[in-house]
Amino acid sequence: MKMKKAISAVLAATMAMALLAGCGSGSGSDSGSGSSGSGETGGSQEAFRIGAIGPVTGGAAVYGEAVKNGAELAVKEINEAGGIGGKQIEYKYEDDEHDAEKAVNAYNTLKDWGMHALLGTVTSAPCVAVGEVSQADNIFMLTPSGTAVECVQYDNAFRVCFSDPMQGLESAKYIGENGLAKKVAAIYDSSDVYSTGIYEAFVKEAENQDFEVVAAEAFTAESKTDFSVQLQKAKDAGAELVFLPFYYTEASLVLKQASGMNYEPIFFGCDGMDGILAVEGFDVNLANNLMFMSPFTPTSEDETIQKFVTDYQDAYGDTPNQFAADAYDGMYAIKAAMEEAGVTPDMSSSDICDALKDAMTKISIDGVTAKGLTWEADGEPSKEPMVVRIADGDYAVVE
Amino acid sequence: MTMKKMSKTTKSNMITYLMVIVIFLVVEILVFTGNVSSLLQGLLVPLCAYIILAVSLNLTVGILGELSLGHAGFMCVGAFTSAFFSKCTVDTITASGLRYFLALLIGAAAAGICGILIGIPVLRLKGDYLAIVTLAFGEIIKNIVNILFIGRDSNGFHFSTKDSLSLGLEDGGKVIVNGPQGITGTPKDSTFFIGVVLILVTLFIVLNLIHSRSGRAIMAIRDNRIAAESVGINITKYKLMAFSISASLAGVAGVIYAHNLATLTAQPKNFGYNMSIMILVFVVLGGIGNMRGSIIAAIILTLLPELLRSLSDYRMLIYAVVLIVMMLFNWSPKAIEWRGKYSSKFRRKNKKSTKEAA
Repeated sequence: MKMKKAISAVLAATMAMALLAGCGSGSGSDSGSGSSGSGETGGSQEAFRIGAIGPVTGGAAVYGEAVKNGAELAVKEINEAGGIGGKQIEYKYEDDEHDAEKAVNAYNTLKDWGMHALLGTVTSAPCVAVGEVSQADNIFMLTPSGTAVECVQYDNAFRVCFSDPMQGLESAKYIGENGLAKKVAAIYDSSDVYSTGIYEAFVKEAENQDFEVVAAEAFTAESKTDFSVQLQKAKDAGAELVFLPFYYTEASLVLKQASGMNYEPIFFGCDGMDGILAVEGFDVNLANNLMFMSPFTPTSEDETIQKFVTDYQDAYGDTPNQFAADAYDGMYAIKAAMEEAGVTPDMSSSDICDALKDAMTKISIDGVTAKGLTWEADGEPSKEPMVVRIADGDYAVVE
Repeated sequence: MTMKKMSKTTKSNMITYLMVIVIFLVVEILVFTGNVSSLLQGLLVPLCAYIILAVSLNLTVGILGELSLGHAGFMCVGAFTSAFFSKCTVDTITASGLRYFLALLIGAAAAGICGILIGIPVLRLKGDYLAIVTLAFGEIIKNIVNILFIGRDSNGFHFSTKDSLSLGLEDGGKVIVNGPQGITGTPKDSTFFIGVVLILVTLFIVLNLIHSRSGRAIMAIRDNRIAAESVGINITKYKLMAFSISASLAGVAGVIYAHNLATLTAQPKNFGYNMSIMILVFVVLGGIGNMRGSIIAAIILTLLPELLRSLSDYRMLIYAVVLIVMMLFNWSPKAIEWRGKYSSKFRRKNKKSTKEAA
């Protein structure tokens, strides 16, 4: 009898807790952006509420975690320096598990909280779904790393990173204009949005350039450990350069297997290659002469970047990657746009959004991913891609 | 008076319908008076989809007595065929109601046909083969969708399984299904009202099937296949009937799901093996063969992780604990005995009071 009572008590307690949690968020929405439901901060009218969405559980958690930290670091700095036009920032991060449905739930949670602007979402498919609802609500969103074209299809959405096609196009241009090779092979992950997006734009642009794509080999997320077949085909086709538009974990395997079969072309990657030198058990000498396009290099001599990297390492004990850098710049972009537009926290999110839409095209940011970063009204950033070459086990920017 | 004339099953069915309608009305009133958070409002349509999935799977698991581990696969078929249809006809059929209705029929039919195709060979076998085959089916569908590229230009449709470049589209041609990027820009036609109507339709179909002659035949097969065969019941026919209805209802849920989000991608998260297990969890915790229980379990288990968001990292932990507690509460012999004691006490009291009132 005692046992059963205990069970029912636990059950009742959990249900009650769930209900309370629901009520908490519910009451927050009633008062709009007004007095905070959670009661953590007094006088929230005086603060901007900026929400962020990204995966911190599941397969894509690495990227969400980086964005979470990068944005948090920026918020801390901004608040210490006096906030946005004298107003502090309240920052809240919600998990979307890299799932479109969960991302919309996370967005609605933040809306109940009284969000003024959204930094997110981190991954592409959820970003498209959130873009649709944020456009309906007219809430400003700036995605740090949603690379798919549709992420910024509405006028309330902007992004910090390059879009996928943009990266493919720039890579092809760079290879063609610098005459790196005449025969090029491409290996890409056909189950990944990021990889196929870059690959397709690359092949399209290759027609206009002075090189030929002699082999295009795909792999999928289920078969990403053995690349010998793809490499052999590239070798047989006589490719002098192999284009690798995917993330560094797989790329490190490609480099290892290529050296195992005595195939030494130039390897060229995209921003996902950033971080390859930190792969555990990877012989950095294999990566010598590897080139990739990146908006951000943690080893750069630049003062702003150096400060960002050391602060980030102190706070989170980890070297920041490009996602953290994008989020960091994104938060500063929101700050700059809000100051430019002269918005105040007591305005409605929709009014703020209208003001920010204009202001975004007028600001210029000297951030960690680019100097003089500006935005077009279509939501795309305009910045110069940097090409990084690895030499002697370290990153070096190629001018 | 009318309540007394009704048979016990009709009464039970009416309670189920009434429960859905009452929940719908309460939620509508709360929304109307502005008492519902955006989070809950956003969850209403997915909830409808999950309820339909739970009820439809309960038909297979509880009534037919077969295990299906690929219900997300049928949902995926329904979602993609209907989203494809809506995306193609968004300019030609401008009446969103009609377009959505056609999309529902197409989604249900496509999923139903898949159910029949799988059922014909597999349901003839004895044992748990259906579980294995549906598990494989779910994964296959997910992978097929991820390599499928369909585009349309003035020459008609183009198909490819390589990439969207090899579609060879003319200028102005549009890629509709873009491999791993799925379908983007499906019109947002699903509403809570339509969702609730579809739940009622689903319940009507399932509950009537259960209490019909065919339903009794299906349950006879579940309880004793040999006995059912010996009285001349066509085993494969009835099994196939229940399974394909279950599959097409899952397709309907997929249609609701697809027309609620602007983007549709087949990932392990939404259409994979985990999702199938999730639906099975709804059914098992709600009570196998108990439609009302499935509805309640689907609601609680979908809402719980969202409402626990404020506990951030602990929410998944609590969710798991709640699953275990619910299972103990529903299925442990002692808990059943305890519930029986209390409900009989409650009933006796009830009877007394009605007698007194009379």
